[in-house]
Amino acid sequence: MTRRPHPSRPALVATAVTLALGTVGCGGGSGDSTSKGSPTGSSSREASSTGGGPSGEITVFAAASLKKTFTRIGADFEKAHPGAKVTFSFAGSSDLVAQIQQGAPADVLATADTRNMGRVTAESLTTAPPVVFASNTLEIAVPAGNPAHVSSLADLVQPGVKVVLCAPAVPCGSAATKVEQAAGVDIKPVSEEQSVTDVLGKVSAGEADAGLVYVTDVEGAGDAVQGITFPQSSAAVNSYPIAALKASRNAALADAFVQAVTGAPGQQVLAAAGFAKAP
Amino acid sequence: MTLDAVLRVERRDLDVRLRVEPGRTLALLGANGAGKSTVLACIAGLLQPDAGKVHLGDRVLFSAHGSGTWVPPHARGVALLAQEARLFPHLSVEDNVAFGPRSAGVPRRTARERAAHWLAEVEASELAPRRPAALSGGQAQRVAIARALATEPEVLLLDEPLSALDVEAAPAIRQLLRRVLRDRTTVVVTHDVLDAVLLADDVAVLQSGRVVEQGPTARVLSRPTSAFAARIAGLNLVRGTAAASGTSTAVSALGGLRVEGLADDAIPDGDAAVAVFSPTAVGVYREAPHGSPRTTVRARVTDLEPHGHQVRVHTAHVAADVTPAALAELGIGVGDEVVLTVKASEVAVYPG
Amino acid sequence: MSRSARTPRLGLPGWVFLPAVLGALFVVLPLLAMLTRVDWAQFPALVTSESSRAALLLSLRTSAASTVLCVLFGAPMAVVLARTRFRGQSVLRSLVLLPLVLPPVVGGIALLYTFGRRGLLGHTLDVLGLQVAFSTTAVVMAQTFVALPFLVVSLEGALRTGGQRYEEVAATLGARPTTVFLRVTLPLVLPGLASGAVLAFARALGEFGATITFAGSLQGVTRTLPLEIYLQRETDPQAAVALSLVLVVVATTVITVTRRSRVAP
Repeated sequence: MTRRPHPSRPALVATAVTLALGTVGCGGGSGDSTSKGSPTGSSSREASSTGGGPSGEITVFAAASLKKTFTRIGADFEKAHPGAKVTFSFAGSSDLVAQIQQGAPADVLATADTRNMGRVTAESLTTAPPVVFASNTLEIAVPAGNPAHVSSLADLVQPGVKVVLCAPAVPCGSAATKVEQAAGVDIKPVSEEQSVTDVLGKVSAGEADAGLVYVTDVEGAGDAVQGITFPQSSAAVNSYPIAALKASRNAALADAFVQAVTGAPGQQVLAAAGFAKAP
Repeated sequence: MTLDAVLRVERRDLDVRLRVEPGRTLALLGANGAGKSTVLACIAGLLQPDAGKVHLGDRVLFSAHGSGTWVPPHARGVALLAQEARLFPHLSVEDNVAFGPRSAGVPRRTARERAAHWLAEVEASELAPRRPAALSGGQAQRVAIARALATEPEVLLLDEPLSALDVEAAPAIRQLLRRVLRDRTTVVVTHDVLDAVLLADDVAVLQSGRVVEQGPTARVLSRPTSAFAARIAGLNLVRGTAAASGTSTAVSALGGLRVEGLADDAIPDGDAAVAVFSPTAVGVYREAPHGSPRTTVRARVTDLEPHGHQVRVHTAHVAADVTPAALAELGIGVGDEVVLTVKASEVAVYPG
Repeated sequence: MSRSARTPRLGLPGWVFLPAVLGALFVVLPLLAMLTRVDWAQFPALVTSESSRAALLLSLRTSAASTVLCVLFGAPMAVVLARTRFRGQSVLRSLVLLPLVLPPVVGGIALLYTFGRRGLLGHTLDVLGLQVAFSTTAVVMAQTFVALPFLVVSLEGALRTGGQRYEEVAATLGARPTTVFLRVTLPLVLPGLASGAVLAFARALGEFGATITFAGSLQGVTRTLPLEIYLQRETDPQAAVALSLVLVVVATTVITVTRRSRVAP
């Protein structure tokens, strides 16, 4: 019988696999809280709430196009509710939904279209039916100075004009498709971007002559971009729904936030940014 | 084409002057680290000296004067053979030998023929289709020689061509080199005096970066003028001042060492001279012997070294060869005091 | 019953296997997890759809082109870095290797600032009638940018270890520098070049951030397989997983085939 100088390899592998699977089992569905958006300015140091309503911490998942407005609403909310802290995670709507489906810890969800919210309600992940709090329509964005002299949707099919759109799979892309159909044009873009932010980026950098983005994006881009409205934009109105999630650990605060968005203070902020009222 | 080189390399503390007449072979002898390989590198163009010149016939390969001349190695017509064969591992033996001609623009077929010719010269024709990895050390060296010769160089440089070979392979390669180096301007670097004796017409002895002796092989090795050359040649050498002593000439060195020998021509008293004698001519005794040998040296044994069938007894300045039996009879060991004698007739004295 | 003689493993304590196996599991388990999610019934349809085929072909074409460019430019770079010594060489080497640590998106932005319409060379290119942005050329450029360091690093390492003995001999045999480079240096360093090229190809194949930022995304023109996968996630996660599997298979095949053909003498 030969003496083995080292521990038996099969035993080692078995140990390793057991350890690995054990870790997975213990972990469960807890993922890290990804905070992609910049945290709100004033964070209350008080953890306990005396007056001023609900307090604690919540995480709000919101579509990328809501970044500026929701950050503002969050700051106002924290002022109005001392002891409350709101953390945001801004990303593409479908990414957020996917994360929530995989168990990411979110208290509130606001998407850029009803289809993505539908994926969440289909799995009964919300406490109450979602409320549409704003809407957005498309606008043509051109670099400052309008180098290609674009004035209407029809100009986007002119040869030599580089147009950038959202990919049809993305909310702003499906809106673009609807608008094209309404106008009877077939735009041939040079690139189909993943998100409206990327479209805006290419336009403001001057790489593209024109792109279709939301009214709010043009507002937010300042001088880098000029906006050109067009009549067919009413053919594709994006509704923005918001809902508190069942998995929330602070239901009272989550509901309060939803109220803040749908109520007067939130609506003011949204209107100032260019959002239209809920249809 | 005479090879004339003056080389100064600060980094290696090298300062030499060499001259090789056309068709002659010069052996560069010296201990390891003396700078021999550096000399070859300079001549081949693989190393640029700080100062000096290298002339081949009327061509200037390197000159540090004025704006400076530098001919790159591939344009020198100088072939270098290293200790290891360095055959290109990705080419067959035949392609290796044909490499030189092909690089010179010779068409493939002609290059092949030349390769075949030189492989035949080194008696390695049957190795042609093989890969270098399949060759023994001796075979690889043969092919390397053929490869160098196929470029038909004006000067051939050999860097210790036999040191990487085992005892069995070396003699055959040595014979090959004897044949091939005849009538070819060559510099052979070696630390083995046998190579110098068998292959070279002239010898240059390199010590600490300087040439201490240069001349025809026979003369340098039988009548060395430097202690180093003597050691290489396996001879005893005593350097000092001459003084006539009857029919012989005495050479007195510092420290009281005095050797008497015979000089071909009279050397004026007080002139510098060297006395050279073989260790086999030296007798070893415990006490000074009776009779009157002209030369007696008292010394302490520093080392006992087997040398062929005999034992070489080393002392500070003089070595003596004795048979093992005589050594046993004497009963001496390292550290013992002995008396060494040598007959004047066995000692050659000449100016140095 | 006797065991045939074998060399005992030296320098390999038993406990080394534990972290080694864990590391391997860490890499392999996610791939297995992906395999379990694939809808095998739909798989053929998903990977042969028009957009999938377009993306795969585009990826293969552009990665192959980038690899060729990496070799053509990277080999000389590696030779210069390995065989010369000049002041600032280490700085230059760090810059050359920068794409290795740069987030690919940053690389894409940098390329945009250089070759974009308003970029450093944008005007010059415009005048020459060359429009780089939104073209397949831009994809190749983005891939080359991120993959080049892989080849340079591999090859430089191989050249340094190889030493210069054979080049010296070749020079004394009368070979001009170009001949030495082509007939001695390159053939001897071919294994290093091959493994560097494989690494570069794999990196180019998986390139995403720089491509989407610099070249954009349009089916058949700039939407490579990674971009297609990312897009499919929006609407059809099943398609995304299926295509991911295709990418893994392609990359693994290339690496295995190249390793196999090199190991065999």
